[in-house]
Amino acid sequence: MQFHKMVEFIPLLVKGVGVTLEFTVLSTIAGFILGIIIAVVKVSNIKPLKWLANFYTSIFRGTPLLVQLFIIYYATPQLFDYKIPALNAAVITFGLNSAAYISESLRGGIQAVDKGQKEAAMALGVSYFNTMVDIIFPQALKHVLPALVNESIALLKDSSLVATIGVMDVLRASETIMNTTFIPFEPLIIGAAIYYVLIGILTLLADVLERRVNRSDRS
Amino acid sequence: MIEVKNVYKSFGHLEVLKDVSVSIQNGEVIAIIGPSGSGKSTLLRCINLLEVPTKGSVFVDGQDITDKKTNIAEIRKKVGMVFQHFNLFPHMTVLENMTYAPIKTKGADKLSIGKKALELLKTVGLEEKANVYPEKLSGGQKQRVAIARALAMEPETLLFDEPTSALDPEMVKEVLQVIKALAKTGITMALVTHEMGFAREVADRICFLEGGKLIEEATPEEFFSNPKTERAKQFLEKML
Ligand SMILES: Nc1ncnc2c1ncn2[C@@H]1O[C@H](COP(=O)(O)OP(=O)(O)OP(=O)(O)O)[C@@H](O)[C@H]1O
Ligand SMILES: [Mg+2]
Repeated sequence: MQFHKMVEFIPLLVKGVGVTLEFTVLSTIAGFILGIIIAVVKVSNIKPLKWLANFYTSIFRGTPLLVQLFIIYYATPQLFDYKIPALNAAVITFGLNSAAYISESLRGGIQAVDKGQKEAAMALGVSYFNTMVDIIFPQALKHVLPALVNESIALLKDSSLVATIGVMDVLRASETIMNTTFIPFEPLIIGAAIYYVLIGILTLLADVLERRVNRSDRS
Repeated sequence: MIEVKNVYKSFGHLEVLKDVSVSIQNGEVIAIIGPSGSGKSTLLRCINLLEVPTKGSVFVDGQDITDKKTNIAEIRKKVGMVFQHFNLFPHMTVLENMTYAPIKTKGADKLSIGKKALELLKTVGLEEKANVYPEKLSGGQKQRVAIARALAMEPETLLFDEPTSALDPEMVKEVLQVIKALAKTGITMALVTHEMGFAREVADRICFLEGGKLIEEATPEEFFSNPKTERAKQFLEKML
């Protein structure tokens, strides 16, 4: 074992953790915001928009993430004559992709809210917009919160795909160490351990949230 | 003043209301009764457009609410509703449940509407529950809060859809008492109920619905002592 040889690369790994986290957080936020919009469209009555939202979802759920990443990173610059920085391309891809999944969870969450809630708000003269924002969303969110954390866990795992387009994340850092030291085992094990810890923390968070949700359901 | 004129309502192929006309004068209390599935809830829900009639019109203060140009949110501020299953907002306290709509839809001042809500809570006997979440209330308490929430909007008319059907028997009375007291204040009311004694006591007029048709309309005395139609007779025999 030559773990001592890894010490000089700690800054590189720390940077990798930073990039991985930055990437995961940005993609989650982008996916969440876009996911809300798509979910609202899905539960609306506007047929053409609904169709579009469902089509969008089926595209992003029906093709491999890596293919989507390559299309955004390599193929779109050809159309727009503009080179996208790798991290931006990755955030865009992952944001668009997770929006598709998140919108489905949210749609389910919104539809799971008792329809009496919407009726009560409407009967009080509350607008559709305010009913959604103040009455339906808070209740829907409570139920989908665990699913949202699970989605960000999935994003964190899949984030290692960005190493393939050269983003210096945890995996790419490990790979770099391997290529400079010609030692494959230690850097990759360290990389795996870092992912394990990060995902463990998120999983713990998901469990806590889930228990909270269930508890307030029982009373 | 509410006027339901020649209203039809279908769900797909199922025709639930067939040419129903009924009017409610200001300050009048009508009770809508009839067998299960006869269209009572649907009729009530047509009055605040939770259901849109397939045909016919509904006038509130002379305004046709089925007209596309009518701002239905404005109408709903004048026509409150109390539901069988209360439909309180679980993520808001009792006070927030009551003040949310007045603040959002009428720009009510937070402080004064809060005060008013507390007074209303007092009239339904629940002032000590102001800052409690609905999950901590009994069914009867929930329904009294739901009534107070509707009243906080200062509606001209209140619609009740079986307000006591989801309650344990021992809680029915406390809710009926609140509604009875309300009926005396001069507010216009339409209530769907299976409580015949209550309908008789509180209503100015009984509307008997059967198979989507309004087949008998009479004062409580007439209706309960001497129903004109055979169907009403049979119904009352079963209920009493
Ligand atoms: N949204 C809906 N979609 C389809 N059918 C409906 C809908 N709402 C009501 N119905 C049907 O319309 C008929 C009348 O329903 P409604 O709820 O008005 O009856 P009701 O007189 O209130 O009955 P109950 O005493 O059981 O509450 C029933 O057959 C019911 O199944
Ligand atoms: Mg009903």
